Amino acid sequence: MSERITGAEALVRGLVAEGVDIMFGYPGGVVLPIYDAIYDAEDIRHILVRHEQGAVHAADGYARVTGRPGVALVTSGPGATNTVTGIANAYMDSIPLVVFTGQVATSVIGTDAFQESDITGITLPITKHNYLVKDAKDLPEVIKEAFHIATTGRPGPVLIDVPVDVSKGEVDFVWPASVNLPGYKPTYRGHAKQIKQAANLIAKARKPLLYVGGGVIASGASKEIKELAELMQLPVTCTLMGKGAFPEDHHLSIGTPGMHGAKYTNYSITETDLLIGIGVRFDDRVTGKLAAFASKAKVIHIDIDPAEIGKNRPVDVPIVGDAKHIVAGLVAELRKTGAEPRTDAWMRAIDDWRSRFPLHYHKESETIMPQRVVERIDELTADRETIICTEVGQNQMWAMQFHKALKPRNWVSSGGLGTMGFGFPASIGAQAGRPDALVIDIAGDGSFQMVSQELTTAKIHNLPVKVVILNNGFLGMVRQWQELFYGKRYSESILPQDCPDFVKLAEAYGCFGVRAEKPEDVDQALQAAFAFDGPAIVDCRVEAEECVYPMVAPGGSIDEMLGGIPGCPVSEMLDDELLEEVWE
Amino acid sequence: MQHTLSVLVENKPGVLTRVTSLFARRGFNIDSLAVGVTEDLTLSRITMVVSAAETPLEQITKQLHKLVNVIKIQDLDPAEMVYRELVLIKVNAPPDRRHEVIEVTNVFRAKIIDVGKNSLTIEATGTVEKLAAMEDLLRAYGIKELARTGRIALARGSRERERRDHY
Repeated sequence: MSERITGAEALVRGLVAEGVDIMFGYPGGVVLPIYDAIYDAEDIRHILVRHEQGAVHAADGYARVTGRPGVALVTSGPGATNTVTGIANAYMDSIPLVVFTGQVATSVIGTDAFQESDITGITLPITKHNYLVKDAKDLPEVIKEAFHIATTGRPGPVLIDVPVDVSKGEVDFVWPASVNLPGYKPTYRGHAKQIKQAANLIAKARKPLLYVGGGVIASGASKEIKELAELMQLPVTCTLMGKGAFPEDHHLSIGTPGMHGAKYTNYSITETDLLIGIGVRFDDRVTGKLAAFASKAKVIHIDIDPAEIGKNRPVDVPIVGDAKHIVAGLVAELRKTGAEPRTDAWMRAIDDWRSRFPLHYHKESETIMPQRVVERIDELTADRETIICTEVGQNQMWAMQFHKALKPRNWVSSGGLGTMGFGFPASIGAQAGRPDALVIDIAGDGSFQMVSQELTTAKIHNLPVKVVILNNGFLGMVRQWQELFYGKRYSESILPQDCPDFVKLAEAYGCFGVRAEKPEDVDQALQAAFAFDGPAIVDCRVEAEECVYPMVAPGGSIDEMLGGIPGCPVSEMLDDELLEEVWE
Repeated sequence: MQHTLSVLVENKPGVLTRVTSLFARRGFNIDSLAVGVTEDLTLSRITMVVSAAETPLEQITKQLHKLVNVIKIQDLDPAEMVYRELVLIKVNAPPDRRHEVIEVTNVFRAKIIDVGKNSLTIEATGTVEKLAAMEDLLRAYGIKELARTGRIALARGSRERERRDHY
C-alpha cells in the first residue's frame, strides 16, 4: 500500500513513524516546503529556537534526558553551518541525533548558489553517518536508516541533507519494514570466554575499581552496574559523562576521576590492581599522563565500539558489546562461581583517603562560594525530580564535584567537545522532553552570554528552566590557567560582572530574574527562582578568583594534584593490609 | 611496514571521500590508491597501500570498519597475494634509437601502444620492482610523460587474512 505524497510530507511521516514527538528548528528558504508540511503535523511539537546552534543543543539535551533521539531541522547554508558545533558536541559525547538540513535544488548543487554549503562534506568527520538525498523516493529509506544508525551501536548524530526539489518532489510513500545496511552490524553480545576471563580477574582482585562512563548511560546498564558493584563490593568512579550511572550517595561511589577529580578518587585509580572500564574511552582529561594512569592495574575494557579498545591504553581483557548484556553476564558468572567480595581492606583504604583528602572550600567566606551554591541547589531540590545541566568551565567542574547525581539521565554536560553555551539550550531541550522535572542550568557568566538569546525560546514555549549563573566576572577556567601557568596575566579573560545586568536581561525576555550578592541571599534567590512558574535567572555574584581544586596540571600524572590539603598519596592502611601478591 | 589493504565498500557517491578523509584526519599517508567496481556492481574495491606500524594500523582499520559504507577490510599478506600496477610511459625514440627502446619493451614483456614521429608510448604491468627497473632503463632515452595506477591486489586462491576483531 502506498500513497503519492510530496517529499516534505514523506519526511514528516517518517518522523511520526519513528515516534518523534518534539523537534527543534529554524525555518529558511529551502526548507519552506518542509515547514509547510509541519504546519499540518499535529503529532509533532516544533520548538522554534533563536539560533540554529540552539536547536541542535536542545535536541541533544532532549536526547540525554529521555534516551530518545533528538531531532533538529534547519535551512541550508548558514542554517546548516550553524549546526556544526552542536553536531560535533553530540558526536564527541555519542548522543543520538537526526539533523535535517535544507539544501539548494539538485540542479544547482555545486554552482555556489545562494545559501549553498556542502554540509555533508563539512560534517563528514563529526557525524556517525550522513546523507545527501538526491531523489524524493529515497526519503523513507534514508530516514529509517538514519534513526537506526543514530540510536544503535555506539549512538551518534546523523545528518540528512534535503534539497528543495526533493522536498517538493513526489514519492509513493511506503515505510520500510527494516533497514538493509550490510556494512553496519554493531556487536551487542559480549564474547562468553572473555566474560569468563574478566569474572575470574574480578574474583581474584584485591584492589579492583569500576571506571564507568557515558556508555553505561547509553546502554541503560545502571541496574547491572549496581548489582556487580554490590555483589563484589567494588568501588565505583563515574566519569563526567557517566555521572548518574551509579548513585553518588552510595558508599561504594568514590567520585569523578581526572583533572579535577577528588584526591581520593585519583589515588584509588593510581593504586588499583584491576581497572574495569565500562563504556569509557580513557579520555585525556581523565587519564592525565597515560603512562602513570592505573599503572599498577590489569585492565578489563568493555565497550560497544571496538575502536575504543586499546586506543589509548593497552587492555588485558577486551570485551566488545553492550554494557547491559555484558555486565549482567559478569554478575551471572560471578554468582555461578560463588565469588566472594575481597575488598574490605581496599574500601577501608579508600575511605581513609576520603576522610583525609575530601573536596573542600572556604565555608566561612563572606562572599558567595560557587561550591556552596551547587550544594544548596542539591539540598533545596532534594524532594524534586531535578535535572542538572551545566555549561563548560569552572561552573561545570564545581557542579561535577559537588552535585550528587543519584540516577541516570538527570545530568547533562558537554564532555568531549567542552562546548560553552551548550547547557542553556540543552536545558530547554531537557525541559521539553521531561516537562515534569525541575531543570536547572548551572552556568558561568561567559557561557551563558553565548546563547542568552534562547531566553525567548524558553519563555515562548513555556519551558521553565532555571539558570543559576555563578557570576565571577571572569572566564573562570581561563583565568585559573592564567593564574597558575601564565603569571596571573589575565589576557582577555575579564568580563564585567554587571554587564549585562542578568536580572534586567531576564526581565527583558519576560522571565524572572533575581540576584544573590551575599551568602545569606543564596537560599532565598534559589527558592524564588525554583518556585517561579516560568524561566528564571539567578545571578549569583560569587568569589571572583576562586580556583577549581584539586587540579592535575596538563600532561601531569593524576596522583600529582595542585591545591587541596597536601598529604602522602598512598594510604598507610594499604601497605599494611594488602601486602600479599595478588597476581601470582 | 607497508600494508596492502583491500577494502570492499558500497558503490555509492562519496564513499571514497569518507575512506580517504578518515586516513587524512587520523594522520595516515596513503602511498597508493586504486578504486574500481567489483564483480558485484553494487560494490567497489578500494586497494590502498599504507605505511604504518601494527598498532596504529589496527586503530585505523577499526575506525574504517565503523564507516557505514565499508563492508569488509582485508590486510593482504604480502606472501599470499597477487598484485599489479600499470604504467604508461611516453619515451623519446628518434628513428635511429627506436629499435633499442623496442628491445627494452620486449625484455619486460611490455607493449607499445602508440608510435609518434619521435616517441613511443609503452604500456607495462607488473610488480613495483619490475616497473621501476624498466623505468630506470628507459630514463636513458628521456621519458617525456609517465602515468601509473595505484596497486591492485587480491589474495591468492582461497587464502585471505581478514582484519577482524576476534573478541
